[in-house]
Amino acid sequence: MDEFADIELTVNGEKIAKRVEARQHLVDFLRIELGLTGSHLGCEHGVCGACTVKVDGSIVRGCLMLAIQADGADVWTIEGVSDSGEIEDLQEAFINRNALQCGYCTPGMLLTAAEMLEAGRKMTRAEIREFLSGNYCRCTGYHAIVDAVETTMESRFGG
Amino acid sequence: MADPGGAVGRPLPRSGARRLAFGRGKYSDDLRFPGLLHLAFVRSPYAHARILGIDPAPALAAVPGARVITGAEIATVCKPWQGTMDHLPTMVSPPQHAVAVDRAVWQGEPVAAAVAASRAKAEDAANEVAVAWEPLPAAAVRDRTLDEDAALVHPELGSNLCFSTALGTGDSEAALDGATHVVEGRFSFARHSGIPLEMRTVIADYDPGEGTLTVHGSHQSPWHQQDTLSRHLGIPEHLVRVVAPDIGGGFGIKLHIYGDEIAVSAVSKILGRPVKYVVDRMEAFVSDVHARDQAVAARLGVDGDGRIRGLSVDALTSLGAYGSLGRPPISEGMMTIMMAAGAYANAHYDARLRVAFQNKPPSGMYRAVGQPIACAVAEQLLDWAAGAAGIDPVELRRRNYWTDDDYPLRTPGGLAINRLSPRRCLDKLVGMMGYESLRAEQADLRKAGIHRGIGVATFLEMTSVGPAYYGPSGAHISTQDGATVRLEPSGAVRCVTSVIELGQGTHAALAQIVADRLGVAANDVGVVGGDTATTPYGGGAWASRGLTIGGEAVWRAAGGLRANILELAGSILQADRADLDLAGGAVCDRATGEPRIALSEIGRIGHFRHDTLPPGIQPELAVTRHYVPDAAPFALANGVQGSSLEVDVETGEIRLLDHWVVEDCGRIVNPLLVEEQIRGGVVQGIGGALFEECRYDEDGQMLNASFADYLVPMAAGLPDIHVGHVETPIEETALGTKGAGEAGTVGAPAAIMLAVNDALRPLGARVTSLPITPESILEAIAAARAG
Repeated sequence: MDEFADIELTVNGEKIAKRVEARQHLVDFLRIELGLTGSHLGCEHGVCGACTVKVDGSIVRGCLMLAIQADGADVWTIEGVSDSGEIEDLQEAFINRNALQCGYCTPGMLLTAAEMLEAGRKMTRAEIREFLSGNYCRCTGYHAIVDAVETTMESRFGG
Repeated sequence: MADPGGAVGRPLPRSGARRLAFGRGKYSDDLRFPGLLHLAFVRSPYAHARILGIDPAPALAAVPGARVITGAEIATVCKPWQGTMDHLPTMVSPPQHAVAVDRAVWQGEPVAAAVAASRAKAEDAANEVAVAWEPLPAAAVRDRTLDEDAALVHPELGSNLCFSTALGTGDSEAALDGATHVVEGRFSFARHSGIPLEMRTVIADYDPGEGTLTVHGSHQSPWHQQDTLSRHLGIPEHLVRVVAPDIGGGFGIKLHIYGDEIAVSAVSKILGRPVKYVVDRMEAFVSDVHARDQAVAARLGVDGDGRIRGLSVDALTSLGAYGSLGRPPISEGMMTIMMAAGAYANAHYDARLRVAFQNKPPSGMYRAVGQPIACAVAEQLLDWAAGAAGIDPVELRRRNYWTDDDYPLRTPGGLAINRLSPRRCLDKLVGMMGYESLRAEQADLRKAGIHRGIGVATFLEMTSVGPAYYGPSGAHISTQDGATVRLEPSGAVRCVTSVIELGQGTHAALAQIVADRLGVAANDVGVVGGDTATTPYGGGAWASRGLTIGGEAVWRAAGGLRANILELAGSILQADRADLDLAGGAVCDRATGEPRIALSEIGRIGHFRHDTLPPGIQPELAVTRHYVPDAAPFALANGVQGSSLEVDVETGEIRLLDHWVVEDCGRIVNPLLVEEQIRGGVVQGIGGALFEECRYDEDGQMLNASFADYLVPMAAGLPDIHVGHVETPIEETALGTKGAGEAGTVGAPAAIMLAVNDALRPLGARVTSLPITPESILEAIAAARAG
């Protein structure tokens, strides 16, 4: 069980070189080894989406990817996209609409919504709901989240 | 009470949301502790089995340096507890060890702990612990647990019956005999749980030098934890500190005392090291408390005008293997029989409740406890009665509500009610829905073979339960909350509260209350809580009590500080304090509103320039107050929910089209927060109505203990939820608030079930078991066709 590998990757724009346990998944690596605790674990079997992170430009389930599979990858977490300011409008919309309660799903939800925004067009509420369905939220009932994403689309892509 | 333009009543975004949205939340598992060990549990694979022996050797060989600690060893430092209630002498519940000692009584009960330097290694070790089992027969089928030949969960009790009771008034049997129409049904409400996305987490740090125990954990009631840890681990209470950092949802699941959580502290005490345990999702399904799991048979009689003549309810609640410490396991059933049809005038009611143990995870309180069942049963019977009498279901409700002249009153179920507003809520809801045109559209579409259904359900929500219930039970659970409000030198204000924040936004609402009392902006008020060592003592987050109880404490504390500020200002300004007021961040002239001295000056002088004050002046710029809701046993909120949906009678699929809620939670401090509590609650109610069920086989094995198999509502397929308000402030408190956290969950299952049955009505089919699945709809249609 104690098999290790050396990996090099970029996390939130910073080059990282680490020796990792072969069985460690990406979010445990981010949380435990790098202290990036903004990514959360809600099931560790790829259903709830709380662990969503961005790898090489696409969102992935961080619990279904091993850290060693991220060797050479470009990884972005909620901490990185918050610091860069690239989704600040989306974050403000979430806050203003109270589209988060306990906040546990929120980092994953925001990264998923950010990928939706990358399509560069407005979507219907049904399309937004469909896209968000890989991310569980137990608090809000989703309505406010859909509102916040819709508001952001409207301000980015016109009313 | 609010100043015009004040903070109370405004939909202010909450400041606490910002760091969560930027990934800066600090949940329990995010915290770091030097020297930390990690724990994983060995859990029973059987629903009922004798533990013949536990051999740690294979685990120790596989993971050098690991420790294995059995239930028997934990029992040497941790006394068992018993989920009995002083005021219910006939209710039984046997002693429960933190970790099973001789016998495991549910699949998932912890039997030993493995401790190692990382979670992965702790799991490696736990997997290798060799337990010799003798499987025993299990009681795992709800409706058979009280049969004479049922296996006994606790043989020493001689029966699986935990409790039985009856209540009522009048003569329901005669009233039902004399009714023009009698409708009846047998209902089933599946076992499910709350499924907070952050799983239960605890880090216990026993310091053998000081003899102190510090516990960080994801918990709704840290004071109950502190009390339990102190008494059961034998640590003086002032040496026990429980801290609740950010909490990733709870919904009632996290207010209980869990054996596995207490065991983490016991292990820390044994090892003298900090120990962390995070429940994983698969474990959560078989260790978090389960709820609902109830069968109800009920009959309702109405006269020719649709007026209620009598109601009879017979409920069987199935628990798990134990009730929870201090939290009556019978509440699910008691709430069902006390609350059923409580909004309606009725003189004849009888109810029976039986509560039975099963070999399943312990039962506890999940959002809305029993009330969704009470609501669904009564409202469905009323819909059927309306059909039998040929009266529109909305009209039938109007005819049966208590009238304003009836209050105050005691319902047949025993609820003391000062005032409700169901009629106003219904009128508003019907307008929001466009009820008449929905009915017309439904009729048109039905001609085209499309089966739309409309459900309108009236609900009551018991909130802010006070000492009348918890006191006599003997539970060490406070129904009081407390707050300290302090003026800082800069003129900013800090509020330290016993109210636990887990996403509801209560802390933000408390800031709004303080802001209005002291004439400052809400974002000049900082609110902290969640630490038993540093905040006033309180109850925590349960029964939708945060604002009604904790808010009142804050109101009083801020009022005390207001008086002290004005007194100090009076001596500084050489003015009569009666001529002074607080507004705009300053002490001002009461008559003219003219600012006299800024709060920042009061803060500076009051904290740093005592030398400038007249002799004998002692500034008191922090005030602590507590509030216990003593004027009424609870605050009863009420409302109405409406559902519009379509049933595909070929596939059994349900398409939710729209959902409406009008609720009355008294005065609203922050409508943005209230509305999202309502919406979130509705969706959990939809979960119970259509998706959520802990499925078990007859041997007590849970069949769907993963997110791949246990369904919860997802964004797709849910409707938008329209929320309206009626505000009837209660008179017992200055704020006049009632709780709002459970309203959505109370009424949604009823609205959905009524709508489904409304859609199926032309086919003569009925569904009465929740969750309603496509399969159950097709079965109901097939049964109706077969006659």
